[in-house]
Amino acid sequence: MFTAITHSQIYVLDQDSALDFYVGTLGLEVNTDADLGFMRWLTVNVPGHPDRQILLEKPGPPAMSEETAREVRELLTKGGTGGSLIFSTDDCRKTYETLRARGVEFTDEPTERPYGIDCGLRDPFGNNIRFTQPKP
Amino acid sequence: MGRDVEETNRRMLRVRDAMDRDYAQPLDVPALARIAHVSQAHFTRTFRATFGETPHRYLQRRRVERAMFLLRETDRSVTDICYEVGFGSPATFSRTFHEIVGRPPRTYRKEAPRAAGAVPTCFTKAWTRPST
Repeated sequence: MFTAITHSQIYVLDQDSALDFYVGTLGLEVNTDADLGFMRWLTVNVPGHPDRQILLEKPGPPAMSEETAREVRELLTKGGTGGSLIFSTDDCRKTYETLRARGVEFTDEPTERPYGIDCGLRDPFGNNIRFTQPKP
Repeated sequence: MGRDVEETNRRMLRVRDAMDRDYAQPLDVPALARIAHVSQAHFTRTFRATFGETPHRYLQRRRVERAMFLLRETDRSVTDICYEVGFGSPATFSRTFHEIVGRPPRTYRKEAPRAAGAVPTCFTKAWTRPST
């Protein structure tokens, strides 16, 4: 049966801004940035882990109607699409300080949880992102 | 039109995030409207149109959700918890808690189930928040 998760997808409003944020600010790396003609296939991954990619997809026609794309964009900006990414980090507080200095909007400061030290933020579009320093 | 809605949504989400994060602070409409960079007159109406409830009600549910957590997971007194989550008086706290949860805080403490420890807390918070 299945052997791995290779791709996950989230919606973004704009792929250039998404690159600025996910690569420029969060420090992920571009896995694939390909103009397929009908769409721009843009994936990123955690440095050193190309086996798991995140597709940064822009909702729009012809994959979905203008009407649906507008609804998806509106849901996204009010935090309602359900797109959610959780990363692990070796130092939650340090990563928090680094990203805060880069102007990231945090929804949760580093907090001790039963499973480790955990932190929450939003991407510029409304997606929910977290990172955790797991308990050893 | 669509882009205006997106921009407005994002501002309202920024305010809701601030309530999620700083719920224990005295957050009034002027403070929240400042975070959204909109006028006070527009703020409450716009927030309600975006999320289906007033900012005041959202903040109450957020505070009550934290109070429910503290009642379940700690032995702290109800009065301590009331101030800890941002209510100004035990009477307001008890009335609001009862209205939202359907039981007074002390009854809830006796009957509440404990949450699963391995689930990311952000999901537990969102899903154990009492309904409007």
